[in-house]
Amino acid sequence: MIHFVLLISRQGKVRLTKWYSPYTQKERSKVIRELSGMILNRGPKLCNFVEWRGLKAVYKRYASLYFCMCIDQDDNELEVLECIHHFVEILDRYFGSVCELDLIFNFHKAYYILDELLIAGELQESSKKTVARLIAAQDSLVETAKEQASSISNIIAQATK
Amino acid sequence: MALSGMRGLSVFISDIRNCQNKEQERLRVDKELGNVRTRFKNEKSLTPYEKKKYVWKVLYIYMLGYDVDFGHMEAVSLISAPKYPEKQVGYIVTSCLLNENHDFLRLAINTVRNDIIGRNETFQCLALTMVGNIGGREFAESLAPDVQKLLISSSCRPLVRKKAALCLLRLYRKNPDVVNVDGWADRMAQLLDERDLGVLTSSMSLLVALVSNDHNSYWSCLPKCVKILERLARNQDIPQEYTYYGIPSPWLQVKTMRVLQYFPTIEDPNTRRSLFEVLQRILMGTDVVKNVNKNNASHAVLFEALALVMHLDAEKEMMSQCVALLGKFIAVREPNIRYLGLENMTRMLMVTDVQDIIKRHQAQIITSLKDPDISIRRRALDLLYGMCDVSNAKDIVEELLQYLSTAEFAMREELSLKAAILAEKFAPDLSWYVDVILQLIDKAGDFVSDDIWFRVVQFVTNNEDLQPYAAIKAREYLDKPAIHETMVKVSAYLLGEFGHLLARRPGYSAKELFRIIHEKLPTVSTSTIPILLSTYAKILMHTQPPDQELQNQIWGIFIKYKSCIDVEVQQRAVEYLALSKKGAALMDILAEMPKFPERQSALIKKAEDTEADTAEQSAIKLRAQQQSSNVLVLSDQRPVNETPSSSQLTLVKMPNIGSYTDSTDQEVSHTNGTLNKVDSSPPAPDLLGDLLGPLAIEGPTSVTAQAPQNIMSDMDGVANAVDGGAIVPVGEQTNSVQPIGNIAERFHALCMKDSGVLYEDPYIQIGIKAEWRAHLGRLVLFLGNKSVSPLAFVKAIILPPSNLKMELSLVPDTIPPRAQVQCPLEVVNVHPSREVAVLDFSYKFGNDLVNVKLRLPAVFNKFLQPISVSAEEFFPQWRSLSGPPLKLQEVVRGVKPLMLLEMANLFNSLRLMVCPGLDPNPNNLVASTTFYSESTQAMLCLVRIETDPADRTQLRMTVASGDPTVTFELKEFIKEQLISIPAPHPTTPPSAAPPVGHPTVATPALTDPGAMLAGLL
Repeated sequence: MIHFVLLISRQGKVRLTKWYSPYTQKERSKVIRELSGMILNRGPKLCNFVEWRGLKAVYKRYASLYFCMCIDQDDNELEVLECIHHFVEILDRYFGSVCELDLIFNFHKAYYILDELLIAGELQESSKKTVARLIAAQDSLVETAKEQASSISNIIAQATK
Repeated sequence: MALSGMRGLSVFISDIRNCQNKEQERLRVDKELGNVRTRFKNEKSLTPYEKKKYVWKVLYIYMLGYDVDFGHMEAVSLISAPKYPEKQVGYIVTSCLLNENHDFLRLAINTVRNDIIGRNETFQCLALTMVGNIGGREFAESLAPDVQKLLISSSCRPLVRKKAALCLLRLYRKNPDVVNVDGWADRMAQLLDERDLGVLTSSMSLLVALVSNDHNSYWSCLPKCVKILERLARNQDIPQEYTYYGIPSPWLQVKTMRVLQYFPTIEDPNTRRSLFEVLQRILMGTDVVKNVNKNNASHAVLFEALALVMHLDAEKEMMSQCVALLGKFIAVREPNIRYLGLENMTRMLMVTDVQDIIKRHQAQIITSLKDPDISIRRRALDLLYGMCDVSNAKDIVEELLQYLSTAEFAMREELSLKAAILAEKFAPDLSWYVDVILQLIDKAGDFVSDDIWFRVVQFVTNNEDLQPYAAIKAREYLDKPAIHETMVKVSAYLLGEFGHLLARRPGYSAKELFRIIHEKLPTVSTSTIPILLSTYAKILMHTQPPDQELQNQIWGIFIKYKSCIDVEVQQRAVEYLALSKKGAALMDILAEMPKFPERQSALIKKAEDTEADTAEQSAIKLRAQQQSSNVLVLSDQRPVNETPSSSQLTLVKMPNIGSYTDSTDQEVSHTNGTLNKVDSSPPAPDLLGDLLGPLAIEGPTSVTAQAPQNIMSDMDGVANAVDGGAIVPVGEQTNSVQPIGNIAERFHALCMKDSGVLYEDPYIQIGIKAEWRAHLGRLVLFLGNKSVSPLAFVKAIILPPSNLKMELSLVPDTIPPRAQVQCPLEVVNVHPSREVAVLDFSYKFGNDLVNVKLRLPAVFNKFLQPISVSAEEFFPQWRSLSGPPLKLQEVVRGVKPLMLLEMANLFNSLRLMVCPGLDPNPNNLVASTTFYSESTQAMLCLVRIETDPADRTQLRMTVASGDPTVTFELKEFIKEQLISIPAPHPTTPPSAAPPVGHPTVATPALTDPGAMLAGLL
């Protein structure tokens, strides 16, 4: 299973974290510190796997951003590597050629998308189309609620004029 | 695209981004936290929008790594908001901020349950997602039935059901009892008929978890999995959106094959055939393509297929295909594939019969040890470690040593540990082992744990042949200008113990040894000084007659350290000073350390304990079981009297504290402030059954093994480490096939006679018939297949000790049913030694691979030829052999009490001919024999035993021959026999025993042998 997902910038700034195994706040910071130290220092032509504390971090760099998923030693590394790419493609489709800034300012969106992709550290949906459809549906739900709210407040505002 | 903007959040994020440094960022964060905190204080005034915004901010700050100790409550409370936007934020932020152990989550259980059982599918999705991500035990217990219902409900849409599947997986991981196997197995099988691939993927993950715990309940899923796999592999009926770079859901393929790996076999021939077709297609049809993602995805499937083939381990042809593929992979440029190739080769080692094919790639693997990527180097190291055996140990260990100089610090410790273990396990000869360890210490002293040098000391102590060599090596290293402190420790120890063996060589005199060791004293830390002091004491003891100058020098050092602030150093200094003034008594106390009881190598134990990857760990264990090292076998021995688990390296052998205590002993006890109570009763015979083994503990067994422990425990700062239970004794591997009868007893019986059964189990019987003539022996092994089916993979390997040349004729690979095969074995005794040859025998019966290591009864006494000597011949000989090393005398205590007659019988059965009447004292016994070896030719040996009728547990033994080694070995051999008589003592009927010395024998005064003997002894 995937124990956690990390998005870390080249400068070592955390852009997204998601934990599927119970880590305390302290442990989480330690994990991030250790792993980002290891991964950011790796050269470009090395393999995408780093062994760490009996687990294995599968990572891939996209522009200035490192995507990392940590799995058990005997999990299938390439499968997870393509999970990362699958996630990136969905983000890309959603934001329209996604860049680090998109993820910085819309980190909550990234969380929504990740939740449609993984649950319990396992892949839940391998169709990009389905994920996109579900996210769109969620967005529209939120929009509708907002419109409703604003229309009601409009009404109230007008009534109290 | 609909990015629902939250201006406040965006502004805050920009602010953080604009911070110039960490300090500014912290200030900004603190300000925001203060703001949010006050806002949350009067929660009622917050609009839903504001509440959302603030919990997002809290999450963002938390993500940046700041401690956030509030806001959890607000996030959780959003879960119960009636509207979707708030609820969504509540669920997501809660599942990011909290983990399963937070108390706050309890507050939400009811709301979550209501959402799950409610009719709103968007709410169901949110709730299932959160529970799936952070649900704990409590969630598992209260929600599992509802989640199961959703998963199998026909009215639920796939988007809910796939989440329910993974949510259930989470709950099952937290508490496996939530899935009731009886009811669930059928449902699970039905789920595999699912058409929606999203639901199927999630269900497959669930199934992986279920079968990993208990595959037996899910046999009905197996054919369905194969069908799914077939469908995917053929790309039949797979919607376009579920193909990934043209590959039908690689994830689902991988998971399906993972499920199949939890079933031990596939019985149904049709299913089996289909599966093998699919696997064959994957193995053959995966090509390297340009597109990285496609390549990765197809290789993800390929590697999983490899794993499945390895697991099924059925089709020989396919297996060799796999090895060929892996061999290709480890040489490609793509680093991921190279990494995975190495990793999977290591896993493949568990399939025993591919080892030889993997060895062909050794050169390539060694190249990978120099790869720029540490991940790949690690895999290469593991693989080399796993594939190492007697045949390639030398090459591999030397590569590792070479690599050690350039390896990064992160790997050095592991590297040196592994090199040390391999050197120990597979040493072709022991001197090489010593070389390797000393090189290790020399090159990477900082990374060589104490365990490693303790171990080398144990080996040298237990193998006499090795001692002079080790001492020379130690001396050589001490000549180097700057050496690591560990090297000082080990060299000092070795020279203290064994330096005297080389006293005649130039440069090895006591004085010179002392000088060269003492030079290092100013450079070492306090922990090493005690070792040096012990070495000095030993050097002093071995300098006989005492060298006044050296003595004064050493005494000066002891006096200096008498007031040392370090207790350990001080105590040693005081005690050694006092002891060394005792003169002759010193000899006994500071004699060489007794042999260490053999135990599991602390190193191997350590390697097993280190949290390592599962594959590697099991590989190590597997290896450890399959082939216990020949080194270990050579010195195999069961600890006497359940030696305490943590034994220590002490430098001083304590004298025997049995029923008999002389004044020196008492004084020593008092010096140490402890009064020792050692059980002096003779150990039970069955415990000693194994002691007849090649290397018995020197001296009285039960006592010496414990005495150092008791007395030295508080004085011993050298080591409190090396622990571990006994290693599995020879012939008692953890085979599923149990031997019939006691292997050790059979061996002991064969030591006394020339034909009999060496080993027997339900399928095979190994008999032995031997003829001995002078230094030559001819054994015939009778391998009898007792069963009605053939025994395959029969392998017999002789691991001869250095003193024997052995040649086994060809052993057939297969023994036909009910047949017996004879394999002659020629033995030549090269030089005197008590080492024992081992037969490593293995065969396969059905699926059981049986491997036993059997000591061969080509033991010391087989090369003896009893000879009767008259008084006229005996005494001139006895007189001409005067003093050590040709004539050795020793007081042996802790002897198994025997009547004189019994002892005479024992001696005769050992081919030592008792010569009655030579010794006038009726309590004494004189025996003679001839020892044959290539190096010594025929060597007359004379033995005299003086017993004490009042105390049969002790005796004085004198052994003489024209060769120092023969004398020593024979003395040790007899001692072993006297101390440990095998449980069923093969007594010859008393009538057959020759008459033993008549009390009244008195030869004429002129040649009164009694007087002569008394004068000579």
